[in-house]
Amino acid sequence: MILRRTCKEVSALLVAREDRDLPLVERVALRFHLAACSACPAFERQLLTMRNAFQRWRHYSEE
Amino acid sequence: MISVLHIFFMPIENQLAEHRSYLMRFARLQLRNEAWAEDAVSETMLAALSKPQSFGNRSQLKTWLVGILKHKVIDVLRQRQREVVLVDDEGDGGEELDALMFKADGHYANKPTEWGNPEQELNSRQFFTVLEACAEKLPAAMGRVFLMREWLELPSEEICKELQLTPTNLYVQLHRARLRLRECLEINWFGNRAAS
Repeated sequence: MILRRTCKEVSALLVAREDRDLPLVERVALRFHLAACSACPAFERQLLTMRNAFQRWRHYSEE
Repeated sequence: MISVLHIFFMPIENQLAEHRSYLMRFARLQLRNEAWAEDAVSETMLAALSKPQSFGNRSQLKTWLVGILKHKVIDVLRQRQREVVLVDDEGDGGEELDALMFKADGHYANKPTEWGNPEQELNSRQFFTVLEACAEKLPAAMGRVFLMREWLELPSEEICKELQLTPTNLYVQLHRARLRLRECLEINWFGNRAAS
């Protein structure tokens, strides 16, 4: 099962994705897991909130 | 209105002094060293004083100064490269965080919570006070590297080049910083909101 990932592995991939491009196999594995998992999409949304927060923070720091 | 006009007609050195503590706050957060932060802010002030004509009216004074400060902070990081990446005494806590978040089989020990309405949260100034406090709590070396990415907006390749880090080492630092920040925000902001 080359595309099977645990939640722990997926959380690591989601965090890594913030700083670098993931290989194709990892991107596909991530998509499969997120479609089937009840926990990981919430973690993905948390990271998105953090990304938006830092964008907004940079903006505030220069206002 | 009078106070705004008052500031507008102040001599440039007085206007700069008004912004000094604000600039120090960001320099401290990024550099984690009082003397380095003083250096970066002093260099910023000198650069602004030496070329006030380059400010003109093209932006707010604070925006212009923060732009200069970012360049000066990068200069300090470059000069202090060997000290910047020294490993912190307190460790990075990466393994402890993993052990708290996940069971041995790789499933979550507790499912991640929903963080409510992100747009609403991001309109709260108080949220950014908590975010800054969380960034400040990162171990010094990790915090510097993380803020090079998130505040100075340097690409990963450039951070590696400036600090002579391997990409693997950089990604490990950034990874652990993001997990720590997530944990800190969960405890100090989103957890409190859910409870109230």
